[in-house]
Amino acid sequence: MEETMTASAPGTRVEYDMDIVKMFFTATVVWALVGMLVGVIIALQLAWWPANLGLPWTTFGRLRPLHTNAVVFAFAGNVCFTGIYHSMQRLLKTRMFNDTLSRIHFWGWQSIIVSAAITLPLGLTQSKEYAELIWPIDVAITLIWVVFAINFFGTIARRNVEHLYVSIWFYMSFVLTIAVLHIVNSLAIPATMLRSYPIYSGLTDALVQWWYGHNAVGFFLTTPFLGLMYYYLPKAAERPVYSYRLSIIHFWALVFLYIWAGPHHLLYSALPDWAQTVGMVFSIVLLAPSWGGMLNGLLTLKGSWDRVRTDPILKFMVVAVSFYGMSTFEGPMMSIRAVNALAHYTNWVIGHVHSGALGWVGMMSFGMMYWMVPQIWGRQLKYPAWASHHFWLATIGIVIYTVSMWAAGLMEGLQWRALNDAGQLASPIFLDITNRLDPFLWLRLIGGTMYLVGAIMMAINFWVTIRGSGEPTATDAVAVGAD
Amino acid sequence: MTNENQDPSEQTKVHWHRRMFEGRATVFAIAMTIAISIGGIVEIVPMFTANSLSWERADHITPYSPLEVAGRDIYMREGCYLCHSQMVRPMRAEILRYGEWTRAAEYQYDRPFLLGSRRLGPDLQREGGKYPDAWHYEHMRDPRSTSPGSVMPPYSWMHEDKIDPSDVGASIRALAKVGTPYVGTDDASVASSLQAQGNTIVQSLAASGITAEWDDEIIALIAYLQRLGVEGRAYLESQGGQQ
Repeated sequence: MEETMTASAPGTRVEYDMDIVKMFFTATVVWALVGMLVGVIIALQLAWWPANLGLPWTTFGRLRPLHTNAVVFAFAGNVCFTGIYHSMQRLLKTRMFNDTLSRIHFWGWQSIIVSAAITLPLGLTQSKEYAELIWPIDVAITLIWVVFAINFFGTIARRNVEHLYVSIWFYMSFVLTIAVLHIVNSLAIPATMLRSYPIYSGLTDALVQWWYGHNAVGFFLTTPFLGLMYYYLPKAAERPVYSYRLSIIHFWALVFLYIWAGPHHLLYSALPDWAQTVGMVFSIVLLAPSWGGMLNGLLTLKGSWDRVRTDPILKFMVVAVSFYGMSTFEGPMMSIRAVNALAHYTNWVIGHVHSGALGWVGMMSFGMMYWMVPQIWGRQLKYPAWASHHFWLATIGIVIYTVSMWAAGLMEGLQWRALNDAGQLASPIFLDITNRLDPFLWLRLIGGTMYLVGAIMMAINFWVTIRGSGEPTATDAVAVGAD
Repeated sequence: MTNENQDPSEQTKVHWHRRMFEGRATVFAIAMTIAISIGGIVEIVPMFTANSLSWERADHITPYSPLEVAGRDIYMREGCYLCHSQMVRPMRAEILRYGEWTRAAEYQYDRPFLLGSRRLGPDLQREGGKYPDAWHYEHMRDPRSTSPGSVMPPYSWMHEDKIDPSDVGASIRALAKVGTPYVGTDDASVASSLQAQGNTIVQSLAASGITAEWDDEIIALIAYLQRLGVEGRAYLESQGGQQ
């Protein structure tokens, strides 16, 4: 059916839906600040326990899921939707399939986030990481995702361009895989309106959860962001993508291989050895397609490197892609049994996650957003220098964060296992080791705070830019002709 | 929109990928769904096949009692698993620190699993019986009273808030529905089981001069913590295992 170009005859004016892009954009900025602020609060709680405030709703155990849900599903989720709604209309030269569906998607997703922000501090949780939300919210997520999928595939079906650009492939993997992961991992029997128990038990439940959890990283925080990279990096650099063939190879390899890697979260558990080994092997192989994506991004800048020195947007994107390369190297290394024996359960994992989340997801999002503001609001950035300050605050903040977590993780891992000459534990009291983490936890707080301050500067910059005086210049909200 | 046509070769010959997938969204979506399904099917389905089921089943592990289920729900509510793991790995240092490494069957009634992903505090999989009930009571009220230098926040509300027996009954019935072998899932049986087990802990606390009631949340949490890893350890010791 999609072979016939359904939508518009040549010469028709296609008017893009820019309002929905602006809505998702605004939500992105708001949730970025909320999610990162909660992150800074829980970082403080880990360094200084009285910051738990002695109230049930403000303890680390309840706020940590709020932080992860807010940054993953609220911030990163809204980034994906902003970029997808913006770029796919242009790539397919058509308006979104249905404006009402777009709005149901927007308000539905924001309502899910608000209900998460209410239920998690109340202690209402399923306790599976990144899938904590109680079953009625899980049902709502499924429904809203179906709305998004209909809107997404409907837009593809009425496109005015024959071929699907590589960004669309990655977006499609996001839409399809998240649906599969969410439904399979959330299967549970309700006990009350607020509580349910999974149909899986024990290590099988753990395996399903980490198949979900690892691929949530893969298909919520990686593939859609690669799709964004393939659209916004060439746009910002004003260069075509380096290699079409490489994009094909690394796309298929990535979506096929990623799904196998989940068991590396369960190394040295009593999960059958073969499953652990398969998880480890595929995690290591995953390095190749990951770096294929990184190289395709970086080599796209060939010939534009002089601009990277001056253009904050390109700086954000280059650092994002570099952190993508770094954390997709670190991940496979940590999946090697011997390394995992040391790293598992330590702060090293926290550092790894944040080099991906702050470095890759965050920086790519900021680059995209700085590029997008003049495009969709028709106004030049009010304080261009602030974008540069933001870049440096964020970059230095990430480095402080990850280096302090590496140091803390290595220290913990080594001291947990250290034996004395008599073959007994060198630090038999666990708490002694935890207490030695103090300086690193404070350093991490500083790094995270710098990152948050940068994001606040960005939000202020956007606010004054968008509310600026004078008429905005024309945007490309209308595509004339559909050739 | 120049970046869509970057491949010079396609002007002469259309790339196979372009021909096969990029103009045909349905074919593309189906191929992608197959690609993302294989890994999960290969890894997860064998866990459910007939001769694999035994790998995480053993008769010496009994289901959580209603009071322990209530305690486990409190453990989840407070996010204890975010700082405490429940998985002793088969390594010398871990066995020295925590006890015998964790076997698959010990998790067989865990819905959901609570292996955790971080150890800010020690592993709790073999926590049962390590400390007296009174220690846990005080530890949750003021962690630094039992563990100087602890970074754990106090959970003093557990000492005042009550469990709701009918709510626990709903949990037991849901767990029974997914296959946990419970006898007596009606509210009356659950309530009497809760009260009986709760009172044993109340009495042990009374011996330490602590006054508590059987339906205090802290009692349920203590019941849960005190059974962690106990049956598995007893079994391994009876088999002449190390430790």
